[in-house]
Amino acid sequence: MTIDVQAATRTFLAQTEEHLVSYLEACVHCGQCADACLFYRTSGDPRHTPAYKLFPIAKAYKGQKWPLKWLGLAPKITETDLKEWEELIFDTCTMCGRCTEVCPMGIDIASIVGQARKAWAAAGLGPADLFAAADNSRDHGSPLGLTAEKLSDRLEWLADDQEVEMQVDKKSAEVLLTVSSIEAMKYPQSLSAMAKIMNHAGVDWTYSTHGYESTNFGYLAGKSDIAKIMLNRIVDAAEALGAKTVVIPECGHAYGVMRWGAANILGRELPFEVLHITEYIAKLKREGKLKLKPYDTPMTYHDPCQVSRRGGAAADARYILEGFATDFHEMTPTAELNWCCGGGGGVQAIGRAADLRHKVFKIKIDQVEATGTHTLVSACANCRLTMDESKLHWKWDGGLESLVEIVAENLIDSTAKPN
Amino acid sequence: MSLLDFARGPAIEVALAVFTLGVMWRLISLLGLPWAKDRTVRRAGAPSDFSAGVSGFIRHLWVPKGFGMTSRFALINGYVFHLGLAIIFFGFVQHILFLRGLFGVSWPGLPTSVISIAAVVTLGSLVAALVRRMTSPVMRLISTANDYFTWLITTLPVLTGLLAVSHLGARYETLLAIHILTVAALLIWFPFGKLMHAFLVFLTRAETGVFYGRRGVKI
Ligand code: SF4
Ligand code: SF4
Repeated sequence: MTIDVQAATRTFLAQTEEHLVSYLEACVHCGQCADACLFYRTSGDPRHTPAYKLFPIAKAYKGQKWPLKWLGLAPKITETDLKEWEELIFDTCTMCGRCTEVCPMGIDIASIVGQARKAWAAAGLGPADLFAAADNSRDHGSPLGLTAEKLSDRLEWLADDQEVEMQVDKKSAEVLLTVSSIEAMKYPQSLSAMAKIMNHAGVDWTYSTHGYESTNFGYLAGKSDIAKIMLNRIVDAAEALGAKTVVIPECGHAYGVMRWGAANILGRELPFEVLHITEYIAKLKREGKLKLKPYDTPMTYHDPCQVSRRGGAAADARYILEGFATDFHEMTPTAELNWCCGGGGGVQAIGRAADLRHKVFKIKIDQVEATGTHTLVSACANCRLTMDESKLHWKWDGGLESLVEIVAENLIDSTAKPN
Repeated sequence: MSLLDFARGPAIEVALAVFTLGVMWRLISLLGLPWAKDRTVRRAGAPSDFSAGVSGFIRHLWVPKGFGMTSRFALINGYVFHLGLAIIFFGFVQHILFLRGLFGVSWPGLPTSVISIAAVVTLGSLVAALVRRMTSPVMRLISTANDYFTWLITTLPVLTGLLAVSHLGARYETLLAIHILTVAALLIWFPFGKLMHAFLVFLTRAETGVFYGRRGVKI
């Protein structure tokens, strides 16, 4: 594969917006961010220092500043730079945002890594499997081959198997429920769990075969055109329905991109509200529409980075657990300060990153064990898959659960019909 | 013209001009870049951008409670030399006189003994920062010529000032002239190197504060 250095440089420079440039110029190279990063913490490799990951983009930007340019001293991005940093930009950054918390300059490294990935994608350099996930999303509707037909089949089977009334392509439903193909393919009961909760609360909801895949591998792979296509599918489906609310399932990045990115990526405000499923369940609970049996298993909760630290919804998960999970113990650190599972930012889809990812997961195992519980509940299917794989790797016998599923399993009278 | 006259006269004047114009150029060319408009809907109950920006600045003064992190040393050492520099710069009577000449305002100074102690502590702290930079593998990897040069240009005025006040090594007038020249060098370097962080810190922390604030993230 030829590496288009020019295209990478052009992409870098096309993004010189005030925030990005101030961040790049402000780094004092103090190294505080290293310890905050799960990858540096695990590997001890100085190259995994968050600030170091930004070097090529900083270099590209510096190269166009006029005094240097005049003097002919402008540094240039090289093919070697791109090759050397590929692993740092893709495999060893989950865009979890933890480093920003300790940075004395408040530099948002995660968002810059997101921007930088676009330059690698433009150069044609990046993990083949992550890029394929993005291309599959564009061509087949989902990174894991969940076409519209497959989704319909799955939902039909789940309706039968789980005895739940499904709503598919229901005209003018108020709430459009989306899916993550990770759930659909690996944890299908998540889909019926969401349906059960919606039915229980009497919500006017539907799944849509026109816009269903909420994960956005276009964004994660730095392929902006695919990111837009994926967003537009859901936005168009929601607009066609006239939906008031789009609910993002248990997927952190899907929530981050749709809730905090879509309007900016598409360049227009969205005509509906976007809620993560935990926010939506919390809303139903607040409105008194949820009747739950207590869940007694001793457990702890893993905050998906994009929902809590970068999404601002940490409190909603706690609100759901309040009075429901009777033996809930917080991890340390937790909520907005939580350690990432190691698989965010598309790292889960990068095969060659698996070894380090498993090592990173040790942090999580230790955190769970320190709580004295043995069950880890999360609200992200991507976290769950990462944890499942690493759990197997370490032969860890802790339990992994989904918050939505435990809520659905403990509904009182879960057979209520939708209105 | 004696060396002291040169330092006090043209050298510092040129340095002040370069500093002022340079900082303005940096800030104007930064703030003049396109600003991405955030079209997302802020979370209900999220603070205003102004208060989120201010709290972003305050938030990043320290590591959040419960974060669990190890390198407290660097954090505390950073405060020691920043505060030390501020005490020396704003507290020493001669500096206050110089600043009064520029801005017409003045305030009571600190005893010279306090300033000397502050200078010694600051020097020690700067040396510690340099040792960390040169020994920690992370720091070595991420350090650039800019970092080392900025260290030198920051340390020299403290060192020469201390020598001048203590009349060590040469005639007072010569030491004072050298001290003023090192300050001139610092002022000239300021806009071009990482000393600019003294201004940028307000921007970046506030921008991150706004980013998180509108999302309703409470850290
Ligand atoms: S965003 Fe997370 S993974 Fe990426 S550099 Fe920062 S701490 Fe490390
Ligand atoms: S903590 Fe912030 S300022 Fe320090 S090296 Fe990391 S990114 Fe740069």
